[in-house]
Amino acid sequence: MTSDVRRLLEAHGRAEREVYMDNENSGRVPPEVVEAMLPYFNQVGYGHPSITNRPGWEAFEVVQETAEVVARTIGADPEDIHFTHSGTEANNLAILGVARANRSRGRKIVVSAVEHLSVILPAESLEDAGFKVVRAPVDEEGFVDQDVLAELVDRETVLVSVQTVNHEIGTIQRVRGLSEVVRDKNADVIFHTDACDAYGRVRIDADAMGVDMITLSSHKILGPKGVGVLYVADGVKVEPVLRGALSSQPLWPGVENVPAMAGFKRAIELAFEDFDGANERVRALRDRLMDSVLARVPETLLNGPRGEERVSDNLNLSFLHVEGEALTVELSIRGVYVSSGSACTSRILEPSHVLLAIGRRYEEAHGSILFRLTRYHTRDDVDYVARQVPEAVERLRRISPLGKG
Amino acid sequence: MSTRVPLPYTPKVLELFRNPKNLGKMENPDTVAQAGSPACGDVISLYLRIVERDGVEVIEDAKFESYGCAANIAAASMLTEMIKGKTVRQAWEVGWQEVAEALGGLPPVKRHCSILAVGALRRAIRAYYGKKGRRPDWLPEGLTMAEKQALEEEEFIERMYGGRLERG
Repeated sequence: MTSDVRRLLEAHGRAEREVYMDNENSGRVPPEVVEAMLPYFNQVGYGHPSITNRPGWEAFEVVQETAEVVARTIGADPEDIHFTHSGTEANNLAILGVARANRSRGRKIVVSAVEHLSVILPAESLEDAGFKVVRAPVDEEGFVDQDVLAELVDRETVLVSVQTVNHEIGTIQRVRGLSEVVRDKNADVIFHTDACDAYGRVRIDADAMGVDMITLSSHKILGPKGVGVLYVADGVKVEPVLRGALSSQPLWPGVENVPAMAGFKRAIELAFEDFDGANERVRALRDRLMDSVLARVPETLLNGPRGEERVSDNLNLSFLHVEGEALTVELSIRGVYVSSGSACTSRILEPSHVLLAIGRRYEEAHGSILFRLTRYHTRDDVDYVARQVPEAVERLRRISPLGKG
Repeated sequence: MSTRVPLPYTPKVLELFRNPKNLGKMENPDTVAQAGSPACGDVISLYLRIVERDGVEVIEDAKFESYGCAANIAAASMLTEMIKGKTVRQAWEVGWQEVAEALGGLPPVKRHCSILAVGALRRAIRAYYGKKGRRPDWLPEGLTMAEKQALEEEEFIERMYGGRLERG
């Protein structure tokens, strides 16, 4: 198996120029962040944060400091910050933990149709336990409508989950308005927002947004993989999902990933250092890429909204008559690294549920490509991608029997 | 046994994706067929030039077009290479497993690519004899397992999602 991968990589080779734009799925960690992590592997804080010895206390200091930094950036109390090892884990904890702890109050859960699958799948897994799960529909730009959501919430509803920013099409939900109408219908509803794709790009404030729970993930803001966060407002009951003993995190046992936390903390500091300036620059680059590709490639659709209600770094395009996974391979050979919402990519042969939810047809979803920029991209990077994409699409359209009248 | 999803691509698949052989539409083919559907994200068009040599029908040339993932393109390319020069009867015998093996092995999630390629071939051969108005005795009257598998691939999305395909 390992040697198969090696042979494939050798056959693939390396392009002269490489531009990584798959930062939605994961990505390169800045050197300052790596540097912040290194001491915690073997110099300091390499102990267990729950154990009473010096390296353990040093490790606990990292956990505590990271919680403080996270709390400061989302208007929360550090005591309400719970660490997991990924955003997926935090979302699972939010959905399963709230449902199990509050089942006596009701058995209905409402999630938006465009949530990350780590929200939708745990919610639907609760159907076996007698829960009713409703997916709130979205409009063609991915927005959940206040009135539509309010209509779905009733006395039986214990939990509503609507993300702050969509992970595929960059839609910035009007979370404040949504949480208000939900509470008007039922003041006891626990409102969760998955803010993994908003953090560092859209201002998050638990009180201002009117939410009880927030999910965050380190690697989505250029931190290392291996740390997720669930903010849980004081008074919200959550039952642990995993059982274990040693951890300073009562809601999520398992030894904390202390080096990754040190890196996450540094990544947050970097993301908030020049929050508005960096976002403006990324937005300008993203728009340059979008305008250029749309101008050069006919029969291309923009997925998600335009303008201020789209997150600064996301671009999602559907190239008709080509299949997205083939396009990711073609672009990879050209040194442009992106991903697709096509069925082939998903391994379960179903195209992106987000694209289907905004009304894209199957063939439109199959041709989708997701780009996510970062503040480290340059104009040259963007221009290189904008040159490669039309050529790649053109080659695959020549191969394709579709779209030739 | 590992339940990890295996690597979907082999060096051979990547090579044929980069430099596909027999790519493109054929002018005035003796027979042509398409398999797959845009909704599934997989379509293969196969064109054949068939000549008679000493009373035997031989595939002189084969070309393809493909809308699909890299494995789909590679499978169609591989199949055209495998059948060129074969008699139509020999070509009929080519199974999707042989195509998959020639590509260095396809994991389960990519097998439908070679199933569709073989489905397109058999459909083209049937169309050829349909046009001629005769059926050689080696050509089964009913659909073979391989043809049924290709049909199943085409119906896959509809079976899974029912009426949802109607939208848009």
